[in-house]
Amino acid sequence: MHPPLIDVQGVTRTYRVGGRTVAALHAVDLTVRPGEFVAVVGRSGSGKSTLLNILGLLDQPDGGRYRFGGEDVGRLSRSARAALRSASIGFVFQSFNLLARSTALENVELPLIYARVGLAERRRRAAEALAEVGLAARARHAPGQLSGGEQQRVAIARAIANDPSLILADEPTGALDSRTGLEILALLQALNRRGRSIVLVTHDATVARHTQRIVSMHDGRIVAEEAVGSPLDARTAAADGGARRPEPVP
Amino acid sequence: MIGVNLRIASRALCATPMRSLLTVLGIMIGVAALITMVAVTAGAGGRIDEQIRSLGANLLMVLPGSQTSGGARLGAGTRHTLTEEDAAAIAHALPVTAAPTVSGKAQLVHANRNWSSLVGGIVPDYLAVRDWRVARGRPITAADVARSAKVALLGAATAKRLFEDVDPIGRTVRIGRVPCEVVGVLAPKGQEGSGRDQDDVVLMPLSTARARVLGGGHAANRRSVSFILVKAPDAAALEEVERGIATLLRQRHRIAAPADDDFIVRNPAAAAAAQAEAMRSLGLLFASVALVSLVVGGISIMNIMLVSVTERTREIGLRQAVGARPGDIRNQFLMEATILAMIGGVTGIGLGAAVSTLIATLADWPVRIDPLAALLAVGFSGCLGIVFGLYPAARAAHLEPIAALRHE
Repeated sequence: MHPPLIDVQGVTRTYRVGGRTVAALHAVDLTVRPGEFVAVVGRSGSGKSTLLNILGLLDQPDGGRYRFGGEDVGRLSRSARAALRSASIGFVFQSFNLLARSTALENVELPLIYARVGLAERRRRAAEALAEVGLAARARHAPGQLSGGEQQRVAIARAIANDPSLILADEPTGALDSRTGLEILALLQALNRRGRSIVLVTHDATVARHTQRIVSMHDGRIVAEEAVGSPLDARTAAADGGARRPEPVP
Repeated sequence: MIGVNLRIASRALCATPMRSLLTVLGIMIGVAALITMVAVTAGAGGRIDEQIRSLGANLLMVLPGSQTSGGARLGAGTRHTLTEEDAAAIAHALPVTAAPTVSGKAQLVHANRNWSSLVGGIVPDYLAVRDWRVARGRPITAADVARSAKVALLGAATAKRLFEDVDPIGRTVRIGRVPCEVVGVLAPKGQEGSGRDQDDVVLMPLSTARARVLGGGHAANRRSVSFILVKAPDAAALEEVERGIATLLRQRHRIAAPADDDFIVRNPAAAAAAQAEAMRSLGLLFASVALVSLVVGGISIMNIMLVSVTERTREIGLRQAVGARPGDIRNQFLMEATILAMIGGVTGIGLGAAVSTLIATLADWPVRIDPLAALLAVGFSGCLGIVFGLYPAARAAHLEPIAALRHE
């Protein structure tokens, strides 16, 4: 059996807000095995985003232990965390976070730049990643020329460009209509089938049913964990949705 | 990585061209002032060298004092108090070469051409004192002076005026009413500081010039001269020689303590140096303008970089999320500040060249735009960008990724 990719034990995180101490996470335990697709659900303020930030090494826990790929990463320096993010973690955000003045291809190249990949190799791998999300033809477009779904695909291509072992998706469908959201979920499921581990944060229970395991949070605690018996297949759902609500022709 | 940062920076700067332009204005003016300063002062140094080269090095000029006529002082050289004996005494008492000279104007005629030129009545030492070479033919000798020979040395310009392309040596020129044989032509010397062409001259033996051409000297003293050129052995000795000449001439002319000198000792190099000193103060003025502008320019770069960091907080957060290390972010903004400053530097060189050229035209002053100074200016402005970009860049690098990503 593989060691867990993510192993979080008793992690706490508190913020100081206006002189008061607010606990965002209370002694959270969580493990994610390689190749898993996990959803973290909860209402806003439940601590799910804080947990995701800690998993993604964007934030540091105040207490507890975090092992990533077997390595204790709780006390790494900023540079070391950045290097680990660069090598092993890809992010997908609700608001895409693409650079508006760069083309789709350049956006996908970004993680490879910071991974110190040379220009030719960088171009090639970014083009591959774009092809993997079905946007090879849009490489030269600026984000402003792309639809929301396409922008999120570019963001996903950026997340997988450096072949990370973990993809963290924070409400990836939150800014999209339901049909486009399903397409994005289908894409994530496809990536997962090809062996990538994904942790997805959402407040939407339906979105969560597309993963293999649902972790529910409330007030900074994990209140329930449930394996999804038969995850929804976003491909068929997207096809159905497409049949019922055809895209308006411009 | 440098190439990537270069592209990020140029893209960011081009996105707000007007803002970038206004930001570099301070650096631009500063570098322009710096370039102008260097150009003006380099020109000053050049002018002293030129003065010394054309007049002769380590040279003093002794002129007769001013004549007072009915209360009006007529100016230097109006009295006839200097004599050949004074020159001999100076050469004897001090470790110098002294060349007594008479000068005036005369009409020159050769065949059907004529030309009015400065006539110098000289002794053989004159050419050595002025570091003047005879290009063709022979110089004027002591024998020429002793027997008041009717011979002439033509300045390069005079030779050209009278003879065009014909070789003047051996031919006859009438100087005033005296026909003289041309024995040599002087090497070209160019313009002197005031712009007069020094090659527009004819030299002849002192005795011949005084007796036959320039009207036989002053009635009071048939041995009087227009001036005496004195060449000191080196520049350090000039002041001492100057004092020595004064003491000697006061003795010889029997001037008692309270009375003024009846002669003037001029130091042309010192005059040129004074002029250069004035230009150097102008340079200093430009230097202080440069200093202030560069500091202000640096601060405006720092200011705009801080604005830029705030505007692009989300972008910084994203770059951190996809793996940028703090050093990467810092270098990106340092690069941007440096490019901004160097744009100011390069445009400043252009502006400085324009201002220098303007000064050259208006003040008739030789300016020299030094490519090394230009290169240094660009390098310096780049360093300025780094120094003033350091704080904003460090601020960008130390942004917390989550806070930056949440920034609206």
